[in-house]
Amino acid sequence: MATDTLSTSQASVERTRLIRASLRKRHLSEAIFRVLGLAAIILALGFVALLFVDIVRKGAPAFTQSNLHLAVTFDPALIKADPAPVRAEGQSDADFQAANLKWQRDLALLNWNKVIEASLRAAAPAGYDIDTKEILSIAETDARHEVREMFVADPTLLGKTVDVDVLASANAVNWIRGNIDRSLGDAQQQLSAPARALIDEFVANGTITNGFAWSIFTNVDSRAAPASAGLLGAFVGTLWMMLIVIFLAVPIGVASAIYLEEFAPKSRLTDFIEVNINNLAAVPSIVFGLLGAAVFINYMHLPISAPIVGGLVLTLMTLPTIIIATRGALLGVSPALRQAALGMGASKTQMVFHHVLPVTFPSILTATILGVAHALGETAPLLLIGMKAFVAAVPATPLDQATALPVQIYLWQGNENRNFFEPRTAAAIMVLLLVMICLNGVAIYLRSRLEKRA
Amino acid sequence: MNSLVIAGLLLVLLGVAYQSGWSRSRALATTNGVKVHSRPQYHGSYVAIWALVPALLVVGLWAWLGDGITHNFIVSQIPVETLQSLDQTGLNATIGRINALASGYGVAGEVLPYEQTAGDALRSFQFITFLVVIGAAAVAGVAALLYARSRITARHRARNAVERVINIALLACSAVAILTTVGIVASLVTEAIRFFSFISPLDFFFGTVWNPNNAGSAGNWGSYGLLPLLVGTLMITAIAMLVAVPVGLMAAIYLSQYAHRNLRAVAKPIIEILAGIPTIVFGFFALVTVGPFLRDAGNLVGLDINATSALTAGVVMGIMIIPFVSSLSDDILNQVPRTLRDGAYGLGATKSETIRNVLLPAALPGIVGAFLLAVSRAVGETMIVVLAAGNAPVLRGNPFEPVATITVSIVNQLTGDTDFAGPQSLVGFALGLTLFVITLCLNIFALYIVRRFREQYE
Repeated sequence: MATDTLSTSQASVERTRLIRASLRKRHLSEAIFRVLGLAAIILALGFVALLFVDIVRKGAPAFTQSNLHLAVTFDPALIKADPAPVRAEGQSDADFQAANLKWQRDLALLNWNKVIEASLRAAAPAGYDIDTKEILSIAETDARHEVREMFVADPTLLGKTVDVDVLASANAVNWIRGNIDRSLGDAQQQLSAPARALIDEFVANGTITNGFAWSIFTNVDSRAAPASAGLLGAFVGTLWMMLIVIFLAVPIGVASAIYLEEFAPKSRLTDFIEVNINNLAAVPSIVFGLLGAAVFINYMHLPISAPIVGGLVLTLMTLPTIIIATRGALLGVSPALRQAALGMGASKTQMVFHHVLPVTFPSILTATILGVAHALGETAPLLLIGMKAFVAAVPATPLDQATALPVQIYLWQGNENRNFFEPRTAAAIMVLLLVMICLNGVAIYLRSRLEKRA
Repeated sequence: MNSLVIAGLLLVLLGVAYQSGWSRSRALATTNGVKVHSRPQYHGSYVAIWALVPALLVVGLWAWLGDGITHNFIVSQIPVETLQSLDQTGLNATIGRINALASGYGVAGEVLPYEQTAGDALRSFQFITFLVVIGAAAVAGVAALLYARSRITARHRARNAVERVINIALLACSAVAILTTVGIVASLVTEAIRFFSFISPLDFFFGTVWNPNNAGSAGNWGSYGLLPLLVGTLMITAIAMLVAVPVGLMAAIYLSQYAHRNLRAVAKPIIEILAGIPTIVFGFFALVTVGPFLRDAGNLVGLDINATSALTAGVVMGIMIIPFVSSLSDDILNQVPRTLRDGAYGLGATKSETIRNVLLPAALPGIVGAFLLAVSRAVGETMIVVLAAGNAPVLRGNPFEPVATITVSIVNQLTGDTDFAGPQSLVGFALGLTLFVITLCLNIFALYIVRRFREQYE
């Protein structure tokens, strides 16, 4: 008896000791598990932070540009062209247009670089020894078009001197900012030694100054003149596509969700539609691009590279998202509301359109904005329908050639002038992300505001 | 201009029709004292629908046939001998000149007499046809309006008719989803079949060399072996999952089981930002930051890592997928009944033991489903791999080397080229079909697992 008690108490002491020992181990593994979880969170948050910091750090320099302040003289010795045509009595529109075009063509044939060169030389210190090609490499190549267009707009400038701001060339910008190592030899530099020295001179005497890069927002893309390449064309192209998505995807998506959730009889067909929509939501976006290329462009002969095709493709891609979100919202409406409406003698259609739909409005709106934001960032399907083409114009209608913001990013990241285009690409990404953040912010604001009221 | 006039007239017709149905119904209700079945706005809509449809039919018919008729008219105005001397381009140019003359804008240079007469004739023809179309549309619309109006009686069930039209419109909208699927499948299959008429399916599915001859002419198409692309795709997907699954799962566990409410409220939306960032941004990030970083890190430990490689693309794609894994896992962990968890605590298990031995096994099917969905997203992802994987369609197993994937090859074979004449571009559709089938199977399987799991607790 006594031995038994002793052995029991011994066993219990032994057990406690074992538990104590294992408890330490268990607590350790608990702590490790917890730390791993925290590490995962920190890692994920770190990725977000890294991504944003990296993009902003890379993109910030692209928001300043180097401007060359020149006094441009429209020297009659250099500008030898007929006076601008004046519309004669009885001349048809077409004839006048033809004459005007001929005059502009004559002007275009003149060497406007001489005008630019003269004003650059005037700005340089007296007696500076530099040849024509070298001095022109300082100014952006489209400066001559800018000056010519000034003259076309106002032919009375002939013989006058005007202050004009033109952009410094991409190579000059690289030199000023030190994007290329300044200590490299002549062979590795894009600009000749005299040109580089003259740029430093210009920076010192204030002919070149830095300013906010409005041109990135007001210009279209450019290949010949990289420093003046801007986002306007891509932005307008994106805008057209988003308009098409909003005006097609939202009504169609909401209508089909209403049909499936409220009216559809439970049949094979509606089951099939339902499975279909769920699958469509998970189809890779590039497959929608294949659909666009084969059906809209190859079969229907819609214009290639046009926002209308991009808009249609993105609409089809966004539809399932909107349908699924709207169905979820409709499902969430309390049955009491429906029964009350039906009990008051409303028909099913009236019940849906007058009572159920208004309640779900906030959720549908939010889902729509998120769907549009997603479509906004999509690139891959647009590449397949030809929106990768270089377009240097603002699309006036959805049928014109255009590009889109994400595609513009794709085009710029592939530019061979890496030193200059890497910041510009990051800047374009910042613009895209800003638009998306605004859309998401609007969605969150609307949801919180409207849901409180409902 | 013309289309604006037509749209305006249609709107006027619509308004008049609605108003007429509405007032007729009001009149019925007030004069003979009978209870009218439908409310006035339904009668208005009923008449409006009746009036609009025939008018739209007329206008639509003209939009469909009008261009052809006008073209024939112009050609008939050109003298026969001139017509015979013109080739297709010349004819088009002449038609353009006649159109310009008719519009009153005029043409540059000398106007030939026959052009002037043709232009004048075209002008009056356009004016007359415009009047005829508008007149026909108006007559059809007004006739339908009067007919519909005459049908309005107190017992007329206008609401039911209008609701039937609404119903049909709703059904038509849901059909768009089916049409999209049909369009995808039909375009992928027909073009893929055309591709297989050039290249044997065996060579495509089991070929180990991917070397399309993009400049090739008949007979010299190059090789179209899928395997290097498939291996590249799977390698990048595997790397992405190796990054996303541990981080995403642990993040979900921590947020749902350990984290303070405030941390959860802040961290969850921030992580979900990753899901909303366009993939082109991730691609750029991979190309200019992650790739060089991995290369330098590899150099430090003596590994030869390419800046554009399967590793770079996979790691960045993994980062992109983290929120996908974490929010799905989070939902599924939260669905596990409290009683299971409390039971484990009651037995003296620690939190992590409960999670590892009770929560995870219970949630496993759902989590596997979430992983499969993530895999299908990784397989179909394009822009990250286009920018960061290096595009080297060679069959090899080293993740530090550049690879190519199915999506990259679709982009390469199809960008800007919509002349689907040879296998060079048609192969894009065969690849697309393969991708579609792979992701479809993954999705269906994932949904099946997720659904089966959900039923366990209901």
